[in-house]
Amino acid sequence: MIAFWIILTGFLVASACGLLGCFLVLRKMSMVGDAISHAILPGIVIAFLWSGSREPVSMFIGASTTGLVATLLIEFFHHKARLQSDAAIGVVFTFMFAIGIILISIFAGQVDVDQDCVLYGEIAYTPIDLWILDSGIIMGPRPVYIVGTVLILIILFILLGYKQLKLTSFDPAFASAVGISTAVWHYLLMAAVSITTVSSFESVGAILVIAFLIGPPATAYLLTDDLKQMLKITVILGLFVSLTGYGLAYWLNASIAGCMATMTGVCFAVAFARHRWASSRYRARLV
Amino acid sequence: MQNLIDFFSFSDPNVRYVVLGTILLSSSAAMVGAFILLQKKALVGDAVAHSVLPGICAAFLFSGSKNIVLMLAGAFVSGWLSLVAIDYITAKSKIKKDAAIGLVLAVFFGVGMVMMTFIQQTGNAAQSGLDHFIFGKAAALVGDDLLIFSILAAVILITVGLFFKAFTLVAFDKNYAQALGYPVRRLDLLLTSLTVLAVVTGITAVGVVLMAAMLITPAAAARYWTNRIRHMVGIAVAFGAFAGLAGAYISYVAPSMPTGPWMVVVSTAIAFFSFFFAPKKGIFPRMYTQYKNQWIIAEENTLKIFYHLGERNSHFNGMRGLNELTSTREMERATLKATLRRLATKELLVTRNNQWGLTDKGYQQAARVVRLHRMWELYLTKYMDIPADHVHDDAETIEHILTPELERELEHQLDYPDKDPHNTKIPK
Repeated sequence: MIAFWIILTGFLVASACGLLGCFLVLRKMSMVGDAISHAILPGIVIAFLWSGSREPVSMFIGASTTGLVATLLIEFFHHKARLQSDAAIGVVFTFMFAIGIILISIFAGQVDVDQDCVLYGEIAYTPIDLWILDSGIIMGPRPVYIVGTVLILIILFILLGYKQLKLTSFDPAFASAVGISTAVWHYLLMAAVSITTVSSFESVGAILVIAFLIGPPATAYLLTDDLKQMLKITVILGLFVSLTGYGLAYWLNASIAGCMATMTGVCFAVAFARHRWASSRYRARLV
Repeated sequence: MQNLIDFFSFSDPNVRYVVLGTILLSSSAAMVGAFILLQKKALVGDAVAHSVLPGICAAFLFSGSKNIVLMLAGAFVSGWLSLVAIDYITAKSKIKKDAAIGLVLAVFFGVGMVMMTFIQQTGNAAQSGLDHFIFGKAAALVGDDLLIFSILAAVILITVGLFFKAFTLVAFDKNYAQALGYPVRRLDLLLTSLTVLAVVTGITAVGVVLMAAMLITPAAAARYWTNRIRHMVGIAVAFGAFAGLAGAYISYVAPSMPTGPWMVVVSTAIAFFSFFFAPKKGIFPRMYTQYKNQWIIAEENTLKIFYHLGERNSHFNGMRGLNELTSTREMERATLKATLRRLATKELLVTRNNQWGLTDKGYQQAARVVRLHRMWELYLTKYMDIPADHVHDDAETIEHILTPELERELEHQLDYPDKDPHNTKIPK
């Protein structure tokens, strides 16, 4: 049963991250996900100080706010100060992470948060964190519900905004010409990434969030040119990675998040080898 | 105050080590960072920083102890492999650089995490302190370790110094460097190796996540103060060294404060200040220049209105009310009023009960703008073969920009004309 909950959480996070990640990868904005997943640290610490516990609602608000602040700062420095975008990302997220660590050291006695948990997460503890109703009925692990809700929201977001997201990703000029605001959809996507990162960081950690945001979409991108196919393959890969990652972790008795990240790498390597092989055969046929 | 004196007298050998160490680390990182920033590879440092973890763990597993040389060697190898992987993925598939960086970063770190948990299970007592490599601990820089870090930092500084010209050329114009016969690929490889070296050296002080900041934040700040690469590298190194010093000082005064994050916060503060206030390139100075230019344009346009009105009855000194002024040229009333007031203080206009008129000085200015406008129109029709009804908009812009030298050149080229293409008089 423990295995089931862990794999389910992994799969839900992988799907939510992967679906959004497809658009990030296509927009060449993958590193924004990396930035947000690190930049939420101060928000989490402040929320912890505010509420005095790991109470999810205030954590959620704190982390989403800082995630959004990070995106706005990146955009601001990129556009207003004409800082090159990769430098803007690098400067902003490291700054916010540093502030987070400093806050932790100042309130060392009061905050039960450290940078380990932001980086690594604690997916192994997911099944322990149960949601128990007042009447005493055990509903199952809380993170599953949180991540599940977010996944449903993400799916709704993509279903409703599919055309707009697709157009603004592939042809921003045409999108603006037909009256779709690229800025609005950019920020909506960023908000969605923030929420997903925040809701999943506690269970899987920043590193696995990045792995799920970029790994499966990049792998799927190598296998297909069709956006709908890419989204489907991403979800299937998410399931595969959670299953095999957990298996690997069980076999090696090692970090589950680490093993899942490793498996995304393995999937990518296989797809990459296939891609190379196919293109070399294609070239051979041309000659 | 006593703290400050104690700190800067360096009487405590521990302080000496930590300060020297952090300054060396941060300045060598900033130096390499300047080049990777210019090559638009700012986030590569982040990837390398995360990717050294498996190397460190492998070295530990291999030796069974925290042999610093071996661990740095391991870190170097896996950091280097990660960069090769990023380059290979971007070169051989349609995956873009950002995705390749993120993917390599997460996967390498994931592998490192697996190895780390594996080490924890072995129960080897020497493993404690291994996580200094991940989260950094500048205060742990003591004695022998410092010697190794100093050697590495010196290697970085000297190598960059030797290849300065070549790196500059490659950073700005790869094709040109290639055409001149520079071994561009090998230089890229060298810069890659230096980046990895800088990360490996710095990571013990600030940890994986903040290493990217040590590389690029001082360089990004320095970019705002100069356009010359020599100055930029120098400024970046100075900012980096200052941040290192400040970080060391803060954690000396308040021992519970971590050095690395404070170094990052200080250098980010410098960077934010630069983004906003650096002369010419900062946000505020640029806004100021923009406003000033808009003012000048508004002033010159207003003077032109007076000239055009005067031209109708050859009475240039007449007094005009607001309505008369707005009837010739669309202008917002608030802007117009503010501009009129500015012109009056500059003594280009005289004002009497809500009416304005040109002074002699004002007339000359107005005539000059109109003259530039009309000469440019003539120039466009004569030399560019643009029809007379298409030249107005262009002249409307250029009239504010032309310098006295260009004015003389135009006069000369047009042979001191007196009529523009619309057959109106060009004022002298």
